[in-house]
This record gives sequence, structure tokens and C-alpha cells, in this order.
Amino acid sequence: MSQNPPNGNPPQSSRYGAGLVPQKEAMEYNCADCGATNEIKSREPIRCRECGHRIMYKKRTKRMVQFEAR
Amino acid sequence: MAQSYDPRRLVGIRAERVTDVSSRDFPGHYPGEDHSWSLERFRENLTVKIQRASERSIEFDLVGVDASIANAFRRIMIAEVPTICIENVYVYNNTTVIADEILAQRIGLIPLNVDPKQMDMKLDEDSTDRNTLVFTLRLECTRKPDAPKDSTVPSELYENYELLSGHLTWEPAGEQADVFAKNPPAPTNPNIVLAKLRPGQAVDITLHAVKGVGKDHAKFSPVATASYRLLPNIVIKKPIPPHLAEKFQKCFSPGVIHVDPRTKAVSVDEKNKRKDTVSREVLRHPEFEGYVELSRVRDYFLFSVESESAYLPQRLFPEAITVMRAKLANIRRAAEALLDQPGDTDVVMTDS
Repeated sequence: MSQNPPNGNPPQSSRYGAGLVPQKEAMEYNCADCGATNEIKSREPIRCRECGHRIMYKKRTKRMVQFEAR
Repeated sequence: MAQSYDPRRLVGIRAERVTDVSSRDFPGHYPGEDHSWSLERFRENLTVKIQRASERSIEFDLVGVDASIANAFRRIMIAEVPTICIENVYVYNNTTVIADEILAQRIGLIPLNVDPKQMDMKLDEDSTDRNTLVFTLRLECTRKPDAPKDSTVPSELYENYELLSGHLTWEPAGEQADVFAKNPPAPTNPNIVLAKLRPGQAVDITLHAVKGVGKDHAKFSPVATASYRLLPNIVIKKPIPPHLAEKFQKCFSPGVIHVDPRTKAVSVDEKNKRKDTVSREVLRHPEFEGYVELSRVRDYFLFSVESESAYLPQRLFPEAITVMRAKLANIRRAAEALLDQPGDTDVVMTDS
């Protein structure tokens, strides 16, 4: 019997590949003022396209994060 | 008539101290008396009687064992009877205000309704359908389209504004769908709030539940409380004067002392005697000096066990005994292995 469906390793999902983001690729940020999503490439001015605010928040990682329930 | 106990079984309770705390029923203490342990005598004296049982808790008397045995069972019920709990949390998304770590810890504490008999202990890193249950937790909060304009009530404004234990969905794996068909794994209480959400916030979590014991982490403890106390014993030495009857009654917990409404005769209610908290209030009043003696029965344990797990309360004590027997079998095997070993051939250093 004992098959191995709930694998001991964290469940791997194809949705969230663990690939690194290549350079010069646009990253998405949230504006701290208006909340709009901005795509900013490296060495571009950090400025919201909607409101001109200069503070941005990085988005949460798309990767899985593992915790112990302790 | 008032039940009396062998004075050797009593722990005396005085105003400022307790007397005769330790048991003395071991060989060699009383000259000319045989106190060697015999199964026959133990069997005669042992009593287990359920006093009250409900859906979630049980009260029973365990009479005729040493405190060490009663305490061992209490400790085993708290720390070594296994249960199933969520142990690993895999967070794909959590945009709520509750941090991942905090949420993971809260999720771990949810009692699950899985009978631990149906699962194996996870001994190594290999997860199988025999030792791991998989749950998912997915929720996204949205605005209700037809919410009243001036409302400030979350339930009117938002959809999915609370992450509850009831949102856990079990993902059967392997043969689990058949094994757990009768009683699909779920939290014992679906209304535990894990986090509060606002529109735009979402959680997407996968969870692995395993079997464990309370000494590893308190979340695995099957009981909310498991405790015992000794049976209080109240002996009225000489009749209480009628004009003091009421005052005497008030020195004890309600129901413990019975006062005859007509004759004002005072007696101890044998059935409700156990309700007394042994506050010793009666010993503070000089007018009752010499009238009453307080004590507890040393080998009369009033257990109170509250289940907070898949176990029915009446199953917890037998489960504790099973664990204890397994421990004893283990010790026996170890002791026999020692006997089988060849004798010590080392040179033993001694004083000349």
C-alpha cells in the first residue's frame, strides 16, 4: 500500500517556478500612496505613473514559504 | 451513617499544616504486618467509578492506588497520549495583516477530529498516506456588490472577511478516501477565527497534519485539563450546638453540610462531601475548636479530565493506561537485556 502522494518535501507546484528574475526585466511594485501597480525596470526613476509618489513597495514573493506550526 | 476511613489512609489537615502526607503501607514500616505487594489485595482495593460524564469532560474516582501511579496517569494523559495536529505550513500567499509565522502557529493549534488510531507516527522524513493528512486553506476577501451605503458592519460589507478553521479543506491522498470515509478529517470546531481579512487580501496555504504527543508540543495534548484532587473527609467529633449550625454550614462549600431544618442537627452530606474545597474556614473559629476534624483520603483520587481532541473523554484514561503498559514492556525488555549480558570482566578498583 503506502504510496507517496503527500510527499515529505514541500508540495511542488508548477504555478510558481523557482526561477530567478533575469536582469533588465520589469518588476512590479505597489505605490505606497495610491496603491497602483507599477512596472519599473532597473535604473528607471522610481516614480508612480499614476500619482508621482516616490515610495514603492515590493510585492510578496510568488514562491512558497515553509513554516513549522509551532 | 457517616463513612469512616482507616486513619492510616488519611492526610490530616490542620489550621496551618498538613500531617501524614506520605503513605506508609510498605513492607517493614509496621512491625508484624505484611505490606508486601500482592495482586490479590490490590485487586480487592482498586475501584474506578465514573461520577459524571459529558460530551467533552469526565469526572471519575480512582481509589486504591499510590499517588505515584495516579500522577503518572495524569501526566501521561497530558503529555503522551497522541493526537493529530497540523505541523507543516506551506504558504503560497498571505496578504492578510497576520504575519505568516503567527498564522502558521495559530493553524497548528486547531484541534482536528481525526482518531489517532487511524494514523501512524511519522518517524522519518518520508510522508505517506498513513502518516500525513493534507489540507488546503484558500480564501479571498471581496466587497459585497449590494452592500448598504452607510453600513460599517463587516458582514454586510464584505464577503469572506474572516478566515475560519471551517475553511480547511481536506485533500484525500492514496487510500485515505476509504480509511476516513466515515469521518472525514476536519477541525472539531469550525468557528475558530484564524485571521480577519479586508477586500483584496487573500490566503492560499497547504497544510500537513501529523501524529504527535504533548511533550513535543502542547498542541498535541489531547486534554484541556487533566487533574486530580484527594477526597476531602470531614468528621464531626461532637454535636454542633444548634445556634451555631448555620454558621458551621457556611464554613464549607454549599451542599457539603446538611442541617436538619427542624432539629438543627448538623451532619456531613456523604454524597456531596467531595464538593468541599477544604478552605479550612471552620478551623479559624474558636467556637468550633474540637468539634471537627478535617482530612483527605490519601489513596482516593477524584480525577477531572476535559477532552479537547478527537478522543471521547471516557477514552482518555484507557489510552493513558495503554501508553503506560507500552512503557513498562519497554523497561522489562531493557532489564532482560541487561540480565542476558555477560558479567562485568573489568578490574574493579577497591580500597585495599
